[in-house]
Amino acid sequence: MRRLRIIIVSMLLLAVIPVRAADVPQGERRSGTSFMAPQTRAMQDDDTANPGMLWALEGEELWNKKVGTGDKACADCHGDAQASMKGVAARYPAFDRELGRPVDLEQRINLERARHQQASPLAYESRDLLALTAFIARQSRGMPITAGSDEELTPFIAKGRELFMQRQGQLNLSCANCHDDNWDRRLAGSAITQAQATGYPLYRLEWQTLGSLQRRLRGCIFGVRAQPYAFGAPELVELELYLMTRAAGMTMEAPAVRP
Amino acid sequence: MAALINVPPRAKRGDIIEIKTLMSHIMETGYRRTADGAVVPRDILTSFSCRYNGDEIFRADLFPAVAANPFISFFTVATESGTFEFEWIGDRGFSATAKAAITVE
Repeated sequence: MRRLRIIIVSMLLLAVIPVRAADVPQGERRSGTSFMAPQTRAMQDDDTANPGMLWALEGEELWNKKVGTGDKACADCHGDAQASMKGVAARYPAFDRELGRPVDLEQRINLERARHQQASPLAYESRDLLALTAFIARQSRGMPITAGSDEELTPFIAKGRELFMQRQGQLNLSCANCHDDNWDRRLAGSAITQAQATGYPLYRLEWQTLGSLQRRLRGCIFGVRAQPYAFGAPELVELELYLMTRAAGMTMEAPAVRP
Repeated sequence: MAALINVPPRAKRGDIIEIKTLMSHIMETGYRRTADGAVVPRDILTSFSCRYNGDEIFRADLFPAVAANPFISFFTVATESGTFEFEWIGDRGFSATAKAAITVE
């Protein structure tokens, strides 16, 4: 009788205590692409079928357009983006010395607009900001992610990791509960995936539009019924930085397509 | 509005070729409402057509159920060198055109 009780109690304990797996091992890292149906993958790989390319095309126009009271285009300083922007998106978010903290690609574009073009900032998720981001990110397509190599970023990566591991919201789930511990399973029929941010900004079929990594993060936070951070919040940039560091060495796929 | 066209630049006479088009458009259905209950007015593409050296070879009507940024692909027989002309027409006076050339040997 007593032995039976011990067995029942220990089984209950096992059911309650969450099994905390470690980070996804280097060799087992998989891009979201590998979880997709062949049709969606074909859409991503064909530049004339990938809707993200529409934004990249518009971004190229914006790159060459003079804006602000500075009357300068991106191209006036940076020249041909194919050469000057190659590999840039792969190392973002990067440390900004003036601000003393990391900024993501969208924030970098707006900082450049303010500092060099004397132009008003573009709103998060606006068509123009997404277009410029997609155009710049596209120049890094196929290159390995190098984000997080700057030593000054170390404390911010640690903060991002802490946020990733932190349980939150009414469902009391951390990012890691799904994306580190259960990425090989499915949630409501959809693959959970490893949260390797290799393809942002990306065209999500569910959104019917291109979206940033911050939009994706806010969606996830809303999904666990927590209060999402505002666009541009330091917490979101730290999370972006941690995710990109976690994906270091993986291939850039922007603008990617996701279901 | 940006459009992406994929027509093979050259083909042999009699070849069956695939033409792929992707048009930038929000395809707002007209069935959605804003947070305060107002209907978001319909704004969709209603028609797409393709001409091959002036002759219409493909036409499609589009409806609210079509996803944003419509991707339309179809096949035709390469008969002679020339141009494909594409036209999209939609709500609110939307109209866009694009061209692509082909060399048939």
